[in-house]
Amino acid sequence: MTAGLRLVLDKVGHAYDDMTVLDDISLTAEPGRVTVLVGPSGCGKSTLLGIMGGMLAPTTGTVCCQGEVAPDCLNPLTYVFQDFALLPWRSVAGNVALVLEGRLSRAERADRVREVLALTGLTAFADAWPRQLSGGMRQRVGIARALAVRPACLLMDEPLSALDAQTRALLLDDFAALIERSGTTTVYVTHNLAEAVRLGHRIVVLSRRPGRIREIVSIDRPLSDRRAGDADLAAMEAALWDMIRDDAAAAERDGPVSGHVSA
Amino acid sequence: MPRLDGPVPFRGGGFAPQSRAWAAAATLLGLIALWQAAASAGAIPTLFLPPPAAIARALWHLTVSGELWKHLSASLSRLAVGWVLGTVFGILTGIAVGLSSALRSPAMAVVSALFPIPKIALVPLFIIWFGIGEGSKLATLGFGVFFPTVIATAGGVDNVSRGLIRMGQSFGLSTWEITRKIVLPGALPAILSGFRVTSSIAIVLLVAAEMIGADRGIGAFVLSAGNLYDTDNLLAGIVLLSALGLTVAWLIGLAERALLRWR
Ligand SMILES: Nc1ncnc2c1ncn2[C@@H]1O[C@H](COP(=O)(O)OP(=O)(O)O)[C@@H](O)[C@H]1O
Ligand SMILES: [Mg+2]
Repeated sequence: MTAGLRLVLDKVGHAYDDMTVLDDISLTAEPGRVTVLVGPSGCGKSTLLGIMGGMLAPTTGTVCCQGEVAPDCLNPLTYVFQDFALLPWRSVAGNVALVLEGRLSRAERADRVREVLALTGLTAFADAWPRQLSGGMRQRVGIARALAVRPACLLMDEPLSALDAQTRALLLDDFAALIERSGTTTVYVTHNLAEAVRLGHRIVVLSRRPGRIREIVSIDRPLSDRRAGDADLAAMEAALWDMIRDDAAAAERDGPVSGHVSA
Repeated sequence: MPRLDGPVPFRGGGFAPQSRAWAAAATLLGLIALWQAAASAGAIPTLFLPPPAAIARALWHLTVSGELWKHLSASLSRLAVGWVLGTVFGILTGIAVGLSSALRSPAMAVVSALFPIPKIALVPLFIIWFGIGEGSKLATLGFGVFFPTVIATAGGVDNVSRGLIRMGQSFGLSTWEITRKIVLPGALPAILSGFRVTSSIAIVLLVAAEMIGADRGIGAFVLSAGNLYDTDNLLAGIVLLSALGLTVAWLIGLAERALLRWR
């Protein structure tokens, strides 16, 4: 295992037209650890994640990568999307193969597809169309596709928020295991505090718009021995909620926020 | 106080018409039989409208004499070449218009200005430009097909989810890969429904062009039969055109079913 990739943000700010959504964000995503971004909706989490992966140019500040990338890594900074972003005209296996085409030989590609589908419990669905899958299964394809390129850094934008509560709980445990196993640097955006304390090594709390860093809290326990409902996690969740509830209520009163940036 | 007793009345259902192939065929055959019966009974003067039996006889004579194939093959090859030319250039232009800011406004200005011109009015001009032979006929068909194809394709490209395109970019796909694997398949439903429009436009223009300057082709055949008041052959030509239109629509239906299985 290599040292892994570190993502360093230095005084990042962003404005859409003249609306400032992010201000003075300096932050480091440590190699092999999960950094969770939480904050009320509309505070710029998706914008920040877009900037971190090079999908959006920040108005001010810089984002730098530092570290080593495994030689078989095909796409160092890799997203998992809230709306899954699957091609409806490709089968499950075809959606995974999409990101490998032209980079791996046919045989290597087939092996890689088989491997990540097995890892995400999708082997039996390799030939299914996305429309035939439940939301949870679709997001499994999203994560399989992301793992297939052997990313150095996973950027996940509310990957569970389009799913129902039960599917979310099941998938959350799978995510924890997959992230722990792959050891990639991970940035995970959520507005769900239970997800934050379950997955995060560091939880970055953003204020409401314009998003600034309010607080960074660390949880050092390994992901594998965290269980939903552990007392310390529940206490942490409550503390986080105390921190952001006023902001969340204010953001709510600010009225509807328009669509997400599609990172 | 009013009371409500008894089983809940059923109020749903309906609004779900089903296609029945046998009903379609039976309707056409029934109408032909009715027509033949009326003609045999003397209710329709055969000079004005020859009965189906006479049309069938004319078609038979045309087939055995080789006339049918002579005209049909000329028409079919013009239709195929002209339609393919217009479609290929139309799809390429439509994708360029849909993806490029530099081309969008200029190309759409030209397309919008030229699209409403009935191409039949241009046939004499095309004869001057491309000669009385095949060139003017192919140009008429090609231009007639080109503009609606551009419009259908550009509309289809506009409707491709930007999220899917961002996904492609985030996995490092090249512009060419994104165009071929995301934009084109995403626009395919719109392109295929454009085919329904352009194929019938192509048949209309084919007949018109063949009526202006050709000695072979169904259009030329119908015109010369009309000039001789040979209504049997006139109607035989019209039946051929109807059969041609049905066949083309059937082929497009097959293509849709094969290419859009994922829907
Ligand atoms: N492409 C865009 N153009 C203009 N405003 C945007 C765009 N994307 C997002 N916004 C606005 O920026 C703010 C932050 O958005 P976003 O980063 O999606 O927040 P979050 O993910 O935290 O909910 C919101 O108020 C949103 O309406
Ligand atoms: Mg968001």
